Amino acid sequence: MNAQPIVEVRGASVRFAGDIALDNVDFRLYAGEVHSLMGENGAGKSTLIRAITGVIRLDAGAVCIDGEPADVSSPLAAQRAGISTVYQEIDLLPNLSVAENVMLGREPHKLGRIDWKSMRAEAATALARLGVDVDPASTLSSHRLATQQLVAIARALTDNVKVLVLDEPTSSLDQDEVAELFRVIRSLKAEGVAILFVSHFLEQVYEICDRITVLRNGHLVGEYMTTDLLRIELVQKMLGHESLDLEVMSRRTLRRFEASDAESIVSATQIVRRGSIEPSDLQVFEGELLGIAGLLGSGRTELARLISGVDGPDGGVLKIDGVVARFRQPRDAMRLGVVYSSENRKTEGIIGALTVRENITLALQAQRGWLRRIPRAREDELSASWIEALEIHPSDPERLAGQLSGGNQQKVMLARLLALAPRLLVLDEPTRGIDIGAKVEIQKLVTDLVESGMSVIFISAELEEVLRVSHRVLVLRDRRIIANVDADSLELVALLAAVSKAET
Amino acid sequence: MSAPQSLTPPPSSRVPAGRLRSIRVKAAWVPVLAAVVILVGMLIAAQLYFGRFITPRIVSSLFVDNAYLIVLAAGMTFVILSGGIDLSVGAVMAFTGMLCAKLLVSGVPTLVVVPTVIVAGALFGLIIGVMVHFFNVQPFIASLAGMFLARGLSFVVSLQAIQVKDPVILGLQSVKLGTYEWYLTPTVTIALLVIVVAAWILGYTRFGRTVYAIGGNENSTRLMGLPVARAKVLVYVISGISAAIAGLVFTSYTAAGYSLNGIGTELDAIAAVVIGGTLLTGGSGYAIGSLIGVLVYGVIKVSITFLGAESSWTRITIGGLLLAFVVVQRVIVRRAGRR
Amino acid sequence: MSRILRSRVIWPIAALLALVVLNTISRPTFLSITVRNGELYGSLIDILRNSAPLMLVALGMCLVIATRGIDLSVGAQMAISGAVSLTIIADSPAPNSMGTVAIAILAGVALTLVLGLWNGFLVSVIGIQPIIATLVLMLAGRGIALLITGGFITTITSTPYAVMARGYVVGFPFAFLVSASAVAIVSLLVRRTALGVLTEAVGINPAASRLAGVRSRGIVWSLYGLSGLLAGVAGILYSSNIMAADANNAGINIELDAILAVVLGGTSLAGGKFTLAGTVVGVFIIQTLTSTITFLGVPPSVTPVFKAIVVIIVCLSQSDRVRSGLRRLRPPKPLAIATAIDSTSSTSGSAA
Repeated sequence: MNAQPIVEVRGASVRFAGDIALDNVDFRLYAGEVHSLMGENGAGKSTLIRAITGVIRLDAGAVCIDGEPADVSSPLAAQRAGISTVYQEIDLLPNLSVAENVMLGREPHKLGRIDWKSMRAEAATALARLGVDVDPASTLSSHRLATQQLVAIARALTDNVKVLVLDEPTSSLDQDEVAELFRVIRSLKAEGVAILFVSHFLEQVYEICDRITVLRNGHLVGEYMTTDLLRIELVQKMLGHESLDLEVMSRRTLRRFEASDAESIVSATQIVRRGSIEPSDLQVFEGELLGIAGLLGSGRTELARLISGVDGPDGGVLKIDGVVARFRQPRDAMRLGVVYSSENRKTEGIIGALTVRENITLALQAQRGWLRRIPRAREDELSASWIEALEIHPSDPERLAGQLSGGNQQKVMLARLLALAPRLLVLDEPTRGIDIGAKVEIQKLVTDLVESGMSVIFISAELEEVLRVSHRVLVLRDRRIIANVDADSLELVALLAAVSKAET
Repeated sequence: MSAPQSLTPPPSSRVPAGRLRSIRVKAAWVPVLAAVVILVGMLIAAQLYFGRFITPRIVSSLFVDNAYLIVLAAGMTFVILSGGIDLSVGAVMAFTGMLCAKLLVSGVPTLVVVPTVIVAGALFGLIIGVMVHFFNVQPFIASLAGMFLARGLSFVVSLQAIQVKDPVILGLQSVKLGTYEWYLTPTVTIALLVIVVAAWILGYTRFGRTVYAIGGNENSTRLMGLPVARAKVLVYVISGISAAIAGLVFTSYTAAGYSLNGIGTELDAIAAVVIGGTLLTGGSGYAIGSLIGVLVYGVIKVSITFLGAESSWTRITIGGLLLAFVVVQRVIVRRAGRR
Repeated sequence: MSRILRSRVIWPIAALLALVVLNTISRPTFLSITVRNGELYGSLIDILRNSAPLMLVALGMCLVIATRGIDLSVGAQMAISGAVSLTIIADSPAPNSMGTVAIAILAGVALTLVLGLWNGFLVSVIGIQPIIATLVLMLAGRGIALLITGGFITTITSTPYAVMARGYVVGFPFAFLVSASAVAIVSLLVRRTALGVLTEAVGINPAASRLAGVRSRGIVWSLYGLSGLLAGVAGILYSSNIMAADANNAGINIELDAILAVVLGGTSLAGGKFTLAGTVVGVFIIQTLTSTITFLGVPPSVTPVFKAIVVIIVCLSQSDRVRSGLRRLRPPKPLAIATAIDSTSSTSGSAA
């Protein structure tokens, strides 16, 4: 490997609203390599990419290009420095022509006007370099996503490009399209372009990448040659293993669960949503704690959202208590006792400008309808009792929910749902991004709820956590359920292997 | 699907044959064509119903009577394409008309008056544009403030109407180019010129394409390194300038400046732009479409006069047509989003 | 909660008091209220009476804005309700009978309620942006009103109808009593039921509200209906004041006044948290301002200039750029993006 990296990031730190997104991270990228950045939600991948490509600024640390400190203060500056990016959500202009999407910003002019003819010709050349044959005059939105992706790459490949950043470029492509993309990546690599490839598909990473940098919770875990790193090791490094000193609860304390003598609350047959989850079967029994394990993009969230009426299925049958249910909105599911807590606490969970009390009573109030307001005394009583039961801090019910810490916001969301006395609680990453203490409290709370007869679906990126709290574990990979096992008979290593599709 | 051959490595058979696409009309032109169809349909219907409708006089007056609106619609097209809206244009038109009349009456030479008035219009646009872009005020609020300001200031200029006797300004309207039957006035020439210039800027300059880009996705446009800030302010400046030109045209049309001119005209302009096929959410549409939209508006107005019906039917019909277009656009956008 | 609410309304109240003090200095009679035949007269009473239509419209506007919406059609709706009720009275053989007047008023208000629900349908069901959806009615509404009156300014003489704008009940102007009871009823409706908190939830975070099972469609829909209803009543008061249905001038530009009152009162145009008390204060500020300008001898048609300046100042003071600029004068803040993310989830900026 060359001595001089093209891009070198040293001691990068970024904070958002007090939360640490990136903490003292080093990163190197060499010419002619495909380098993968790996990590779960909140690991800091996007933050690092956005820092390199000039979308955000580092609070501390420096970005060097060819050994020199570089100006990456804006996307344009980064592009001038030779760093081009193709973002996850294809950041192009669907309403404009393909040619404009490739060329706008450096379009050829003639007599003070845009020279459309040579613009189309140049765009066609740039596209041909990638083996794409589309009419440059056609509107971008008339093309498939894969083609749009290649158009984005054609745009990124300016004359001086040294580094191409591909942020989850394959998430919406099918196999043939991925192969097409990889062919392009390989030929660019041969031309000496450094490629930063971010994907949550392990197989693709192992197929195309030379080196891997792993991040976790904003920290650098390490930098590895792909050939030296077993898949299972990679997943272990991504998911981490936090030692729990305050192990309050062990799996053994959980009442043994016999599926045979329990009624199934939810049973889904071949439910499917295009682009999210392949046809899947699933059953949840009364009083069961079902864990869902899988990496980001495995379909774990998508499956949960189908069951709880957040997203509509494209097909399949969902039954609640043996009766076919068609949920058009979460409200419909809530009425039948199925409630969902989103992984996106800020955007889909907490209502920051309302008080803790209002947040806790919101779902109950919504269910009663606006005319039958919960009496204020009852609201105070409700919120006080939930604040006490879940140990929400600060315990002031009139505090704005947005001012609470992540863990306490999570508890407020839980309280809101629990106030409905649900039968099935679907928790999507309830412990993400919160401190260890709160994490253990939530785990304990969940098991207590199950002890008291409630059913819970528990989704987490931390396999150990899933394994510890669950009766039974569903393993998802590539938008499919690939295993359905009793948690007692499952070892962490085997679960890791299943999730990462390691050769065993 | 035939496999197109490309020069570089294995050509994928999945790449669609793009050649066929260019034969078909681009999707963005469809609403413009729809407007043309509506216009032609209305003309034919009017001709059949009234017996004599498509006459040189009426067609000529269609342009002459609506020259100011054509100019306003051209400016509004920029704003709407960028995803904004400008409610100030009617008031700015009234104010610049007043300013023009007042200056002329005070004896300022026409050659000074015209540029002054245009700069005044541009200033209104600048204020609105800066509020919208740099202070993140919603376009309709910023332009409503601009509307109030312009309307109030025109009363400051004068509470009464001011007669204009300047031969140049009056000549813009009274000079008839062409035969007795088919004629154009300089005001119409100006209006058509504005449309041509607008179409040229939108189609052939980086600024023009940036306006479309912002309407498509402002964030992407910024990430592509295009000058978003400049373009977003400039669209309102352009709208202000065209409102000033419309003010001149209208002053010459009515031979006077009056503070109550152009109340509700902003809505006519918006309706004309939307009926002409520009997406209200921005990013798609053409200046030429806005011209068609104004003509549709004009035909509705004339037909209603012919029918002897209340003139208020014009606004109602335009409102209904606007609604129909918006709903259709909404459906199209929704379907595209689901794709 | 009360702490924040108080600090939100404190600035508008201060502005209102400043206006009152200014007026009192320039014309000492401003504060004096005289009693004639058991009826109250004076500048303050005039302000209370004349603010009635704006008060009604602003109440509806406040709730619509809380849902992240806007209702531009309120002025046109005022014209319509006035046109309907006056036309009914004018066509009736007994324009002075209470029954006729009652029917006329009910018909006018019922029609605007329907129109408001129509707006709500376009916004909440079809999904058209509120500005555009209500723009359509703003555009067509005055045409409809003209159509109802047959293109004329319908004038009537009907004693019971005239009472609404000019009459007195227990010493107070009837119009003021109407607007005061509207404030009371809407406040009760919003704060005694759960409508207020659910509206705020929808306005602050629609996605989270949906996951919490809030029926946002119904709420948004009915609030536009309410806005229409209130605009209808405002239209009746307006037409009663001049005893004529003037389709072109009834409620002209009132939408901006109403928006201004709401914003002045401390409710953000971005939706979410709203304060009816603040809106009431905002209405009084605008009415006092108008009265002051008239007193100063400025022609009423120039008033828009002052209002425009107020709108610009208020909007700028609400913008992130100005706020972060002000904040920068105090302790340094790390990142613009961070504050942007922050500001979506908290409205504590104004309280700080």
